[in-house]
Amino acid sequence: MTPQLAIFFVLAALAVLGALSLIMQRHPIHSALSLIVVMISLAGLYLLMGAEFVAAVQIIVYGGAIMVLFVFVIMLLNAGVEERTNVSKLAGIAGIPLAVALLGFLAVVIARSNAGADAGWQSGALANTKEISMMLFREFVYPFELTSFLILVAILGAIVLAQREKN
Amino acid sequence: MVPTNYYLILSAVIFGLGVVAFIFKRNVITIFMSIELMLNAVNLAFVAFSQARHQSDGQVFVLFVIVVAAAEAAVGLGIIILTARNRQSLNVERVDLLKL
Amino acid sequence: MSAFLNAYATIIIDLIKIALLLFIVLTVNAYLTWFERKVVAHMQSRWGPHRVGPHGLLQPLADGAKFLLKEDPTPAGVDKFTYFLAPLLALALALTSIAIIPFGPEPLHLFGRDIALGITNLNIGILALFAITALSVYGVVLAGWSSNSKYPLLGGLRSSAQMVSYELALTMSVVGVLLLAGSFNLRDIIGAQAHHPELGIFGWNVWPQILGFFCFFVAAVAETNRVPFDLPEAESELVAGFHTEYASFKFAMFFIAEYTSMITVSCLCAIMFFGGWLSPFPASWTFTHYLPSVILIPFGLWVIWDGIRYETIFGRIILPGVGTAITAIGAVLIVFPAVNEFIQGPFWLLAKIFVFLFVYVWMRGTLPRLRYDQLMDFGWKLLLPVSIANVVITAFVILLRGVK
Repeated sequence: MTPQLAIFFVLAALAVLGALSLIMQRHPIHSALSLIVVMISLAGLYLLMGAEFVAAVQIIVYGGAIMVLFVFVIMLLNAGVEERTNVSKLAGIAGIPLAVALLGFLAVVIARSNAGADAGWQSGALANTKEISMMLFREFVYPFELTSFLILVAILGAIVLAQREKN
Repeated sequence: MVPTNYYLILSAVIFGLGVVAFIFKRNVITIFMSIELMLNAVNLAFVAFSQARHQSDGQVFVLFVIVVAAAEAAVGLGIIILTARNRQSLNVERVDLLKL
Repeated sequence: MSAFLNAYATIIIDLIKIALLLFIVLTVNAYLTWFERKVVAHMQSRWGPHRVGPHGLLQPLADGAKFLLKEDPTPAGVDKFTYFLAPLLALALALTSIAIIPFGPEPLHLFGRDIALGITNLNIGILALFAITALSVYGVVLAGWSSNSKYPLLGGLRSSAQMVSYELALTMSVVGVLLLAGSFNLRDIIGAQAHHPELGIFGWNVWPQILGFFCFFVAAVAETNRVPFDLPEAESELVAGFHTEYASFKFAMFFIAEYTSMITVSCLCAIMFFGGWLSPFPASWTFTHYLPSVILIPFGLWVIWDGIRYETIFGRIILPGVGTAITAIGAVLIVFPAVNEFIQGPFWLLAKIFVFLFVYVWMRGTLPRLRYDQLMDFGWKLLLPVSIANVVITAFVILLRGVK
């Protein structure tokens, strides 16, 4: 059990527990906090793999901006605890074992496959950030500029959607 | 080093949990959060493959996925605010005016 | 036993470094509150704390005792988990950001090992600090919301909206420095300013990046919710903002988090724009290496002289003792040149951090606070375009000069 494997199991357990907590919490704020835990543990996994820039961007953008937006909206809409509407018993009895079976099948297929070498990049030719940015501005410059348009459209859309009605 | 398969299994598990949350939860914001969870699981798979093949394409694509998720979250939450104001409730089962 | 120590030596050394640094940072925090109260008081023509210990130096201890022993009520109707999580989150994030800062250029040679000054040396140093800043919004917004009360909710929402807005200007204003240095690593950023050691103070990043420095400093003051941007926690406006419903120790956690982020921002300003541990004098002026002793010895003698004539008996014992210790440190630096060389880097970094902390406190004593809409206008309409313009101009100049 190398240290990397131990850290992987700790972070993976944290991520799975966060995802389970998202499902089982009743208040949306607690679900949001669980999702933040999942995102931070995934950022830790990216760091473990050597993808340091993606880890930092994940925390800054996903954890520090998108989830803040979610938390603001939950507070703005004063979302309360979920009410108990009638979920059919059949869904619970048949659904959960089926879901577990599906996941297990998926996991077994992946485990038996030959996905290639170990995921982990000790040293590359260039530093991680440099390589990503060179690729972003050379091969992928067209999608990069398109995403800037996408964000502009999203900003305009969000402003138009969320403004008050002019009575 | 950690074998790639482990990351892929974790990604599949998180994706599956996202699907379960999407189906079983009734609060529209929680459903939206489960979509973000699924996108995160896919990001993990991308980065795992990118590191296994020693190429940066996967990580560049992860950046694009994060940007698109941000744009989608902004517009989606705007729609959710409007719907919640309109139907006075955050329960998806109450948005049923088109039901027969 | 020694085999165990050898095998886990790096981890044990790191743990000792972390414990030592935490202790130092918390002590500096406590005495920063003393410093702030004294300086603001003297600016307002009054004495600050001067009763508890000589010159009020034991006031932080008294404050700490108060925070620990005061009653800690939990308001009714709060969301318990979030209410207890928020100050914890704020404090943990603020203290984590100290781990990334390098304190000296050369490692310490002890027992045959090289111990670097600074807990980690991240390749994404600055980016990790921005990640921690981004997460610290949660401490504020969750505190405001979970308090189940109007004013904290308003204060928390306003404060977190302010923090999110100024975060953009903060990150953009640093990009100019990163373009000049070519790396996110804080040691490389200082190294890029050390390319011409004979320039001394004129080789620092503040001259090519003067616009970036001002944007960074203003945005950082807004990020840490200090005057003049502290409307969300001003007493006359919103009671105490997002930490109204927090008492004793939980309030102390927010308090420590705020002062620690002040210290982190001062460290960053010093490292990124003012050369970090580089001396302002040209490298050929080796006589300036005696400056620490030249400052410490007269200061120690003055403390002894002031202590002998102090009014209370306690002061007459303690102050000369402290003065003797300071003089002894100054003398040791003259006697042992190896120690003197080692202490040059950290001395200059600490001096610059002290200057920035003084500027922070100075602003608190003199500037009025901005109204909330003025604050948001300033952040979005002035600071963000100026910092983006700084990036464009820097990139353009680098392209023209053809550097790297």
